[in-house]
Amino acid sequence: MSGPSTYEPKTAFTRWLDKRLPIIRFGYDSFVAYPTPRNLNYWWTFGAILALCLVVQIVSGVVLAMHYVPHVDYAFASVQRIERDVPYGWLIQNMHAVGASMFFLAVYLHMFKGLYYGSYKAPREVLWILGCIIYLLMVATAFLGYSLPWGQMSFWAATVITNLIGALPLVGEGLKNWLMGGFSVDQPTLNRFFSLHYLLPFVIAGVVALHIWALHESGQNNPTGVDVKSKADTVPFTPHATIKDLFAVALFLILFSVFIFYMPDALGHADNFIPANPLQTPPEIVPEWYLLPFYAILRAFDFNIGPIDSKLAGVLAMFASIGILFLLPWLDTSRVRSMRYRPVARQFFLIFVVVCLVLGWCGGQNPANILARSGDFTASLRWVEGGQTTTQDFTAPSEQQFEATAASMRETMAGRGATMTMVSRAGATNATITAVIGGTEQTRNLSAYSVEALEEEIIAAKAEIGAGAPFFVIERNTPMTFTVTNLSQLATLYYFLFFLVILPILGLRETPGRVPDTIAKPVLAKEVA
Amino acid sequence: MSAATNQAHAGEEGTRRDFIYIAAGAAAAVGAAATIWPFIDQMNPAADTLALSTTEVDLSAVVVGQQIKVMWQGKPVFVRHRTAAEIAAAQRDDYANLKDPQHDAERLLQENGQPGKAEWLILQASCTHLGCVPTFVTGSSYGGWFCPCHGSDYDTSGRIRRGPAPRNLDVAPYVFVTDTSIRIG
Repeated sequence: MSGPSTYEPKTAFTRWLDKRLPIIRFGYDSFVAYPTPRNLNYWWTFGAILALCLVVQIVSGVVLAMHYVPHVDYAFASVQRIERDVPYGWLIQNMHAVGASMFFLAVYLHMFKGLYYGSYKAPREVLWILGCIIYLLMVATAFLGYSLPWGQMSFWAATVITNLIGALPLVGEGLKNWLMGGFSVDQPTLNRFFSLHYLLPFVIAGVVALHIWALHESGQNNPTGVDVKSKADTVPFTPHATIKDLFAVALFLILFSVFIFYMPDALGHADNFIPANPLQTPPEIVPEWYLLPFYAILRAFDFNIGPIDSKLAGVLAMFASIGILFLLPWLDTSRVRSMRYRPVARQFFLIFVVVCLVLGWCGGQNPANILARSGDFTASLRWVEGGQTTTQDFTAPSEQQFEATAASMRETMAGRGATMTMVSRAGATNATITAVIGGTEQTRNLSAYSVEALEEEIIAAKAEIGAGAPFFVIERNTPMTFTVTNLSQLATLYYFLFFLVILPILGLRETPGRVPDTIAKPVLAKEVA
Repeated sequence: MSAATNQAHAGEEGTRRDFIYIAAGAAAAVGAAATIWPFIDQMNPAADTLALSTTEVDLSAVVVGQQIKVMWQGKPVFVRHRTAAEIAAAQRDDYANLKDPQHDAERLLQENGQPGKAEWLILQASCTHLGCVPTFVTGSSYGGWFCPCHGSDYDTSGRIRRGPAPRNLDVAPYVFVTDTSIRIG
C-alpha cells in the first residue's frame, strides 16, 4: 500500500543505523509518510484513542501491581490502601478502573464504525478478525481484573461466570474446577486471575501490532468505502492524521478526566465496596456496564431448546454473539462497502445499534420485572359463612386411585348438603376431607399489579375474614405479561437475525445508492498524475 | 522437498530418511505434549485444596430447630436439625403440587444409599436459580428457606415451592460416621 520507502537518512549516524537496523525507516514509513485517505472523518480517530487506552491501562496497571496483594485476606484492604495511603494511589487506581470503561466505550465506537463503513470487507477480513480477537482478549482481561478488588461484586461475578463454564456437558465441571483451582472461587482463583490479568494486556499489545500491520498492508478504508485511486486521494499520516488524532485524543481525555476526578465510582457498583463474602450473595449480581448486553443475551434463554437446557443455551448464545463477528466478512454479501450508499441496510444498522443499547439496559434490570401486562393479577376467594363444618378421614385403595377416591368423597359430601369441600392430603393414600354443610357461599375478588402484591392482598383478606370461614377456595388468574426477559428475547433475536439473515439477504437484493461521480472517478488524479 | 524424498515418493516406497522424519516428528510431538501437560495440570485443585474436599460435622451441638452453616469445598452447606412440626410438614407435602417432585425421604438419603434421619437435613446453601444463599425464615409461606435475590420459596424439605428457581435445593452428599456426626463430601 505505502509503496517503496521514501525515507532518506540525513546524518552519518542514521545512515549507519539504517544499514544495520532500519528502525527509523520503519517508523517513518508507518507513521509519517504513510498515506491516509483525505476524506477520513472523526470516526477514524478511535484507533489512536484505543492505542492510548492500552498504554494507560498497562502503565497504571504495572504501578498498581506494585501495591496490590493477590490474597483473599488482603486484596480488598490493599486496594483501599492504594486509594487512601499510597502517594497518588487514588489517581492511578481511578485511572485504571475508569480506564477500563473508557477503553470499552472507545472500542464499541470503533467496532460500530467498522460495521457501518464495511471495514470488514475484502481485503480487510484478517484486519477485522484480529480486531475481534483483541476485543475477546479485552473482555477476558476486564473480567479477570474486575475480580481483583475482591469486593462482593468481584467475587460473585467470578462465581457466576465460572459457573457458566460448568454448564457445558461432560467436561464442564472438570473445566470449571481446573479454572478455579478448587471447588469454589477462592485463593487459587484470585492468585491465577491476577497472574493472567497481568499477562493478557501484553498479548493484546502483540495482537494490536498484527492489527496495525494488517491495516498498513491493506490500507485504510474511508467513509465512502471506495478504494483510494491515486496518490492525490491521500495525504501523509504526519502531520494530517497525527494532529487530527491528537485533537480527538484531547477531547477524549476531557471525558476521561471528568470521570477520574469528579465521579470515579459512577461506573462501578456500590456493592463492590463490601469485602467479598462467600456466605452472602448481593441482592443482584450484575457485570460492569460494558458487558451488560451479553449478560442480557445469556439470561434471555429461560427455556430449554430440545436437549439443550436453558443455562447451556444462554452460555452458547452469549459466546455465539461474539463468535458471529468473526464470520461477518462472509455473512455480509453486499459488494458495496459503506452504508452511506446502502439506504436500506442503514436503517437496519440503526435498529441494530438501538437493539444493542436495549440489550445493555435489559442486562442491568431484574429479568422478572414486568414492563407491560394485559390486566391485573386477580384472585377470587370463596368461602362459606355459617353452616356446620365436618371432617372425615379417608384412605384410597392405592396411590393411583387417590384422585378418584377424593372425587367420590366430594360427591358424598355434596350429597349430604355440603356447600363447599376441601381435601387435604396427608400421605400417599390417606387424606382428610373438610366440608361445610349449609351456610351461605361468599365470594371476594382481589386484584393487584404483581404476584407478590396479590399474595399480600390474599393474606390480608384471609386475616380480615378470619374465623368466619373454615377454609378458602382460591382461584388465581395471571394476565399476559411482557417482562424484561421477553424484551431481551426480542432484542437477542434481532441481534442474530441482523447477522445471519438481514445482511446476507440484503446484500443480494438491495439497490445501492448512487456514488457521486466526483467520488467514483478520480477527477483530481487526471490533473496531478 | 528435497530431490531425495521426491524420488522416494516416485518409487511409492518410504526411504529410511522418511522414517527418521516421522519418528523424530512423533517423538517431538510426544515430548512437547509431555512438557505442556505439567503447565496445564498445575491449574487443577492442589493437594491441600483436595484435602479440604470433605468436612466432618459434629451434630451433638446443634439443638432441635437450629441450623448451622458449614463450609464444604469453599461453599456453604446447611445442616438443619428439624423440629417435629417441620418433619411433619415436609412429609405431608410429599404429595402437594410440586415443581420438582421429590419425597422428603429421598432428600434425606445418605451418599451410600442408606436412609437418613428425618431430623437431619443436609443441603447445599445455594439457590438453584442464580446461586444466592437462601435464608431460613420462620413463618415464611412454606415454612422453609427464602431466597432474597429473586424470591424463591423453599419448604422445610428444601423443595422449591414458588419463585423462579428451577429445582429443589441440592442435597449435599453426606454419610453418618457415628450417630452424632456426619461427613460431607
